[in-house]
Amino acid sequence: MSTIFALATPRGRSGVAVIRISGGAAFAAARSLCGKLPASHSVALRDLRGADGQVLDRALVLAFAGPRSFTGEDIVEFQLHGSVAIVDAVLSALAAIPGLRPAEPGEFTRRALENDRLDLAQVEGLADLIDSETEAQRQQAMRVFSGKLGEKVAEWRTRSIRAAALLEAMIDFADEDVPEDVTDEVLELIDGLISELEAEIAGSEIAERVRDGFEVAIVGPPNVGKSTLLNRLAQREAAITSEVAGTTRDVIEVRMDLNGLPVTLLDTAGLRETSDQVESIGVARAIQRAKAADLRVFLEDGTRMHVLQPGADDIVLTGKGDIHPGKNAISGLTGQGVSELIERIAGILGNRAARVQTAVRARHRHAISKALTALDRARDVIKSDSGMAEIGAEELRIANHALSALIGRVDVEDLLDEIFSSFCMGK
Amino acid sequence: MKHSSFDVVVIGAGHAGLEAALAAARMGVQTALITLRATDLGAMSCNPAVGGLGKGHLVREIDALDGAMGRLADAAGIQFRLLNRSKGPAVQGPRAQVDRKLYKIEALKEVRSTRNLTLIEGEVTDFRISSGTVRAVILADGNEFAAKSVILTAGTFLRGVIHIGHEQSQGGRIGARPSIRLAERLESLGLRTGRLKTGTPPRLDRETIDWELLEWQPGDDRPEMLSFLSRAPVVEQVACAITHTNAQTHDIIRENLDASAMYGGAISGVGPRYCPSIEDKVTRFADKSSHQIFLEPEGLDSRQIYPNGISTSLPANIQEGYVRSIRGLRNARILQPGYAIEYDYFDPRGLSATLELKEIKGLFFAGQINGTTGYEEAAAQGLVAGLNAALAAKDGEAVVFSRTDSYIGVMIDDLVTRGVSEPYRMFTSRAEFRLSLRADNADQRLTPLGIRLGCVGEARKAAYSEKAEALARGRRQLESEQFTPRALNAAGIKVREDGKKRSAWDVLAFPDTSFDAVEHLVPAASEIPEKTRDQLRRDALYVNYIKRQASDIEALKRDQGLEIPQELDFLRLSGLTNEVASKLAEAAPSTIAQAARIEGVTPAALTLILGHIRRFKGKKAG
Repeated sequence: MSTIFALATPRGRSGVAVIRISGGAAFAAARSLCGKLPASHSVALRDLRGADGQVLDRALVLAFAGPRSFTGEDIVEFQLHGSVAIVDAVLSALAAIPGLRPAEPGEFTRRALENDRLDLAQVEGLADLIDSETEAQRQQAMRVFSGKLGEKVAEWRTRSIRAAALLEAMIDFADEDVPEDVTDEVLELIDGLISELEAEIAGSEIAERVRDGFEVAIVGPPNVGKSTLLNRLAQREAAITSEVAGTTRDVIEVRMDLNGLPVTLLDTAGLRETSDQVESIGVARAIQRAKAADLRVFLEDGTRMHVLQPGADDIVLTGKGDIHPGKNAISGLTGQGVSELIERIAGILGNRAARVQTAVRARHRHAISKALTALDRARDVIKSDSGMAEIGAEELRIANHALSALIGRVDVEDLLDEIFSSFCMGK
Repeated sequence: MKHSSFDVVVIGAGHAGLEAALAAARMGVQTALITLRATDLGAMSCNPAVGGLGKGHLVREIDALDGAMGRLADAAGIQFRLLNRSKGPAVQGPRAQVDRKLYKIEALKEVRSTRNLTLIEGEVTDFRISSGTVRAVILADGNEFAAKSVILTAGTFLRGVIHIGHEQSQGGRIGARPSIRLAERLESLGLRTGRLKTGTPPRLDRETIDWELLEWQPGDDRPEMLSFLSRAPVVEQVACAITHTNAQTHDIIRENLDASAMYGGAISGVGPRYCPSIEDKVTRFADKSSHQIFLEPEGLDSRQIYPNGISTSLPANIQEGYVRSIRGLRNARILQPGYAIEYDYFDPRGLSATLELKEIKGLFFAGQINGTTGYEEAAAQGLVAGLNAALAAKDGEAVVFSRTDSYIGVMIDDLVTRGVSEPYRMFTSRAEFRLSLRADNADQRLTPLGIRLGCVGEARKAAYSEKAEALARGRRQLESEQFTPRALNAAGIKVREDGKKRSAWDVLAFPDTSFDAVEHLVPAASEIPEKTRDQLRRDALYVNYIKRQASDIEALKRDQGLEIPQELDFLRLSGLTNEVASKLAEAAPSTIAQAARIEGVTPAALTLILGHIRRFKGKKAG
């Protein structure tokens, strides 16, 4: 069983980030960063060093020898200073160790389950535990797939499916009417993927993503004061860097700097059931964007809203506080409650900044570098003209599998669809 | 009225039924094989060939478990070709053109000479079922046979409808009546069903084809047999011919699309994308001006020629028109018009991995009624159902094939977890562990299992253990000594000077290492017989890839071992999204591995399911 690691910082405000490593190679991996480990179930202060000997951080190190640990396996925990750069550096150093890989969401819990380390009461509460992990994963996926990067990812997927399908068609339909030589097209597709993934791993896109920052959606029924609130936030507290009113979509974006965090505020269409076709498209978009956002601010006017429910961290306020005063009321017109809202948003997002962003980056970088190795090998095999198409196909399968976190799973049915729509089979 | 009893009753004697009955009988239980007509035993309703890519792998696996298909095809084979010979061994598939009549004769011989097996002619119209368990089958003539397990292999006979142009007739195959009463009885069981279709080309008269105008495709010089036990072809070998459609052919078809059953809207069933009718080809790939046709003889003394590539449901006179527009077929006479057939299938997600119905104990489904196409796919399911029906009758533990050990496992897992949306055919690309699951090592993968189960006869047991010993001995010799990179380079084997010592076995994994060079290193290797050498080479070729897949295989095996209790209600699990929960409820996976293959199921969702399994077990125990 492979050894896994992940950032496991608990919820709530904390200046500390915790990275957890679990599996047979956990102790050896930790030693390569921090030298001697403390005795099992005890703690020590150590310098963590990267492969080049540079000190990454001075951290508290805890070791737990299996089976007396959360997962039942050997576990090491690093308690670091909660800075994005430090966490990122340590995660990268771990990813570079052979045999280690970033954990899938829910994977620590799964190992604990399989090793009988959770009692029945804990199992009862499992849904909540995993729910939070799943929710984080869903949001991550949607964030990566939206916008410019999303388009690029979709295009990578099309090309990698095409490349694999061409090879598979040569293998599975060798005695049928398929073009003999698809090598040139396959190589062209692979070369294109390699150079774009290399650019990706060099960080340009991901860096842009970090600069783009968080999305906060203001949602609620029509005419509850959403736009007024947005204007107030933009005028009073924020430096507006751009304002884009979509020509086709009914979502207005305002980018601003909120207590040091890059945040894009989204003003969405009023949510209500409607038979007007244009309005219902606007509502559907509003819901989609709001769901993909990192945080939602719900403005309510006392009516019940069925189309979208607030999540655990979401902020729920009463709109038009100037007309409907109360403890939870806010008004864009008078400015009542606006400073408090900014505080709350900054607090919630600040806590998440270290956690979500670095996890996304570490996992994606790992996936991309694994895929690149496989693509390189595929290119070599295909170029060598050895006739071993099945080896080239195997490398492409490995590459697609690695990229699945990024581009979604590529199933054999996707390949077959491509084959049957490109070639006329059937003897 | 006759009232007899058997351990296993098999209904239908096509390729699934045949293999099922033979497997059950080999397992030593009393087996009955019931068919409408004994003369149709092992009939090839479609093309006269066995094997191919993916399919050849299945035949070898059936053979490795001592099934009949490979031996029958070898005995009746009139042309043998190994497909993908220029590619690596993992994707090479043996294929044989088969004499239809000889195949049926061999099949009947096999059935008659198999102990514990009784052949019965008759039509099954009803089952006796009580307390959710099948107890007996009832025939149209009133006879009743009690059975511990029943295997239904009804093929295309359940409400089969044959279409030629706008003419429709009921039938399970041309000239054979369908099973309507049985279909009605099955309907009353409330199983999920659907409609599928498939097509056949017109059969041509050999004497009316201008063969001298055509290009020939002979068999291989060194024929590769389908069965591990066969040495060489036994009957005369023949060649196939190749011709092509042309612009005129396409014009005739295009002008008459309205008259086609498939295009005229008479057929609702879904057809396979990989085996389109000529109407489909001309319409969907309009820019292609020509399609290849293989002219395959149906037998040594048969006048029928099977033109592979032009299946159709156009009216007979139009078939004649377009056929005669093709080079070499100007004067061709159609002996039997092409037709499309539509039939019922049952959603295979209602089956467990043993092919037993989840709802009715003791009742197994195999073959085309599970939504597959192809003789090989049917036979492989028959084998699995036959083994498990026999094991159930003996109160033995079920045998479940895995994606990690066989194409059989891949197919059954695909069927029972994902269902079908078109007739399911095997492709090598469906097997993610393709490099380990080769046609050449099917015996190494499965014969030991067959020996343990008791379905492998003495002859094969002896042949296999001889082969296995030779391989083990050869490998020991190759691994006996380690060489430095320098010594290897001196022997003409190019390796990096990395200071790592390697054995002759290790260097055999390099695609360009010749066995001569290996002999140079290990002189004793010259004693290894050629057949063993070839196999060692094939085994060595992918070792590095197989090692890399080891952790995937381990993870999958672990997930296969995690069983989901049938009582678990996915719709009531908290924490799953509605969409995922309803997909899980529909597929009703029986292991975590199956659940993982359902679209939209994330690792987190799997952990959640796992948690509920634990809780479930805990509550039960407490």
